[in-house]
Amino acid sequence: MAQATFKIWRGDRTGGHFTDYTTEITDGMVVLDAIHHIQAQQANDLAVRWNCKAGKCGSCSAEINGMPKLMCMTRLNTLPLDQPITVQPMKTFPLLKDLVTDVSWNFEVKKKIKKFKPRKPDASDGTWRMQQSDVDRVQEFRKCIECFLCQDVCHVLRDHHMHAEFIGPRFLVYAAALEMHPLDTEDRLEDLRKTDGIGLCNITKCCTKVCPESITITDNAIIPLKERVVDRFFDPLGRLFRVFRPK
Amino acid sequence: MPEYQTFEHDVLIIGAGGAGLRAAIEASAAGVKVGVITKSLLGKAHTVMAEGGIAAAMGNVDDRDNWRVHFADTMRGGQYLNNPRMAELHAKEAPDRVRELEAWGAVFDRTADGRILQRNFGGHKYPRLAHVGDRTGLEMIRTLQDHGIHQGIDVHMECTVVTLLKSGGRMAGAFCYERERGRYKLFRAKAIVLATGGIGRAFKITSNSWEYTGDGHSLAYHAGATLMDMEFVQFHPTGMIWPPSVRGLLVTEGVRGEGGILVNNQGKRFMFDDIPANYKSQTADNPEEGWRYTQGDKSARRPPELLTRDHVARCIMREVREGRGSPHGGVFLDIAWIKEKLPNAAEIIKKKLPSMYHQFKQLGDIDITKEPMEIGPTTHYMMGGVRVDGDTQMSDVPGLFAAGECAAGLHGANRLGGNSLSDLVVFGQRAGEYAAKFAKKHSPADIDMSQVDATARQALEPFERTGESPYQVQHDLQDMMQDKVGIVRLENEMEQALDGILKLRERAKHVAVPGNREYNPGWHTALDLPNLLTVSEAITRAALLRKESRGAHFRDDYPAKDETYGTFNLIVREGKDGEMTVTREPLPPLSDELKKVIEEMK
Ligand SMILES: Cc1cc2nc3c(=O)[nH]c(=O)nc-3n(C[C@H](O)[C@H](O)[C@H](O)COP(=O)(O)OP(=O)(O)OC[C@H]3O[C@@H](n4cnc5c(N)ncnc54)[C@H](O)[C@@H]3O)c2cc1C
Ligand code: SF4
Ligand code: SF4
Ligand code: FES
Repeated sequence: MAQATFKIWRGDRTGGHFTDYTTEITDGMVVLDAIHHIQAQQANDLAVRWNCKAGKCGSCSAEINGMPKLMCMTRLNTLPLDQPITVQPMKTFPLLKDLVTDVSWNFEVKKKIKKFKPRKPDASDGTWRMQQSDVDRVQEFRKCIECFLCQDVCHVLRDHHMHAEFIGPRFLVYAAALEMHPLDTEDRLEDLRKTDGIGLCNITKCCTKVCPESITITDNAIIPLKERVVDRFFDPLGRLFRVFRPK
Repeated sequence: MPEYQTFEHDVLIIGAGGAGLRAAIEASAAGVKVGVITKSLLGKAHTVMAEGGIAAAMGNVDDRDNWRVHFADTMRGGQYLNNPRMAELHAKEAPDRVRELEAWGAVFDRTADGRILQRNFGGHKYPRLAHVGDRTGLEMIRTLQDHGIHQGIDVHMECTVVTLLKSGGRMAGAFCYERERGRYKLFRAKAIVLATGGIGRAFKITSNSWEYTGDGHSLAYHAGATLMDMEFVQFHPTGMIWPPSVRGLLVTEGVRGEGGILVNNQGKRFMFDDIPANYKSQTADNPEEGWRYTQGDKSARRPPELLTRDHVARCIMREVREGRGSPHGGVFLDIAWIKEKLPNAAEIIKKKLPSMYHQFKQLGDIDITKEPMEIGPTTHYMMGGVRVDGDTQMSDVPGLFAAGECAAGLHGANRLGGNSLSDLVVFGQRAGEYAAKFAKKHSPADIDMSQVDATARQALEPFERTGESPYQVQHDLQDMMQDKVGIVRLENEMEQALDGILKLRERAKHVAVPGNREYNPGWHTALDLPNLLTVSEAITRAALLRKESRGAHFRDDYPAKDETYGTFNLIVREGKDGEMTVTREPLPPLSDELKKVIEEMK
């Protein structure tokens, strides 16, 4: 039976190293299967997060041969198996152990974004009317599985560690989903400019490239939000028009 | 005596899926201090994986729908073993719970007139499932999560409860370890809501994640609560079967709801061959009528592919056993054929079933808009669970509540698709409300620290010995349950399984894990084992005693339904000496009004 070697990061907060594991591989296997085999047979204490094994929960994010990916959706037949496959934790977040990182910062960031605030119901029974075409865009954003791979790859966080100044692509998508929600009446533009650091994004589109849900993060979420911010704060004429134009 | 990090809450909720989050929101809105514990990160619970939709008789697509029809459908699907009060409340309250999700930001697919769209699903008479493509669970959990984080709820992520603490006959708290460092945490609470989900990891082929080890079932059982309907494990008819690494992954019933058909290796659409008598009048008798139904023709009856899951799963098994299966031991599910009917079929499939398209393309090298899928049954859902009061969701232990998949009653012998997501929000809300009420009426109970210390010591034993790996014991259990207590059951095989469980229990006591307490999945697996063994034993014992076939429970030695077995539920309790007892208990009474509804809808 065919075999492949995996170079897996083993370590904790204090440091670590790659360890090689060789395991049997079969038809259709994904990286997470290989990790599970290794965990069951060779390294019972190998730390890894996963839940759905179907690309739906966003738990199994890692860097495979240097690329941020979901382990459960990365087929082995897409990788060069004649060389060892490296599997390491996301770099942007502090390591807890092996492949598991401390992503709690993301949960804190989300809390700071103003929550959904709907307009008054449209019908007397307390319901709303929205056309499918009006919700398509927001539904794209709401596909997000919070894998944080976009956060991992964004240089503002990864290389410049500006976690305090910048909420990252995931939460720009989140803010966009709220801002473009047909029922929402809240205003988040001031926050986006000041505390969320939308200006720090220089549209490299790396986030869009890694998103496993194929959300067009930059073009559909970030750029339109940037335009709204510019409209509001840097364009006096736009400001004047805004008075006459509902959101 | 060691010191433990200690937390105090009025209401402690174990589980952050749909049921747990909805309960937390309700309890905190009632003004009590609420804590939530979850084994995974927030937003990753099983609910996130639900695909097809949430059932609620809103009547947006077919205005003939109302709570009566939904109630009757649920009872018929559950073969009348359901708790009728729960089925009634569920049918009446689900529409409000769905609208409330919209008010909290959920964006469901829309009808042409801008309301929430509803789709067809097995066993539901009218299009009833509110949905978002095939990622409804994600929409639901995210909505609840994003709403909940602004409510001042304390969330303890990656923290696992190992035992419930009781004092003077009522709930006092829970004892846990956190994954990150492996440290213990002690929670004091006046009321506890179990919302821990299912038991799918007891079987080899399953759509369920590592979390589904029956913790809540087992915790409640050992705390003196009653389990009910444990023989009813739902095997979903359509799981992926090829390649081997994806075996068990779910293929949503939505595929059939959108017109997908089941065919055997001779190209025959075999579901027309066997339509149960009690569904005959509601089922199409030719393919053309079935197709019209999926396209919204109100005069058409539903195609036999949308019969209940237990029945469809057995028909698939029959085809396979009689040599008409697909190359890898399943049958074919074909949605691509609709291109004969619709010019832009490929686009429609991608729009309505995007994650199925993606899942097959990426994991199976199959383009479902062009070729049929190979599918077979997979362990999916636990109908059985903690017996609760229909109105309050309180178990037999004062202060201990249960909601969602870990509670029993709503679904009887078989759950209808879409009735789980609605279950979560309807009974999550109720559990939260009544747990908060209970907490307001009671002062905190004392905690017996010697019980805590003993648990703490015992949980560390796997580090101190040498022995086999917990993964090995888990695999052997899964293999055995799949073989001997699976879709088709036989007395002597189940007797063997009971024997096997005893042996595995011994082995589980001697497993060893390497490394230390920090984020050590080997250790976590070792601690999950006793729970898996408890639920496996309960399933097997109950299945042995139900000498008939009904709903999800199929006995090859008693293939027919037996009316005397239709008058009671099987109840599992821990006996005085720690032995497991199974007894019959008559069904809860059915009011005249509900009886009439069932008769009218027959
Ligand atoms: C692939 C798939 C598709 C499905 N599709 C549908 C559908 O379309 N419609 C439908 O109605 N139903 C569907 N279901 C069923 C439905 O999703 C589940 O039954 C439901 O989500 C269960 O929700 P819950 O809140 O009870 O538990 P879960 O969402 O499973 O949450 C359980 C929670 O309990 C926690 N927990 C468990 N044990 C412990 C412990 N010891 N200590 C601390 N925390 C613990 C877990 O970490 C988790 O947070 C589907 C199921 C699957 C697997
Ligand atoms: S486009 Fe912006 S948010 Fe995305 S990776 Fe580049 S800088 Fe980061
Ligand atoms: S936007 Fe995409 S990459 Fe970022 S967290 Fe969501 S799913 Fe992951
Ligand atoms: S395990 Fe859920 S996304 Fe990979």
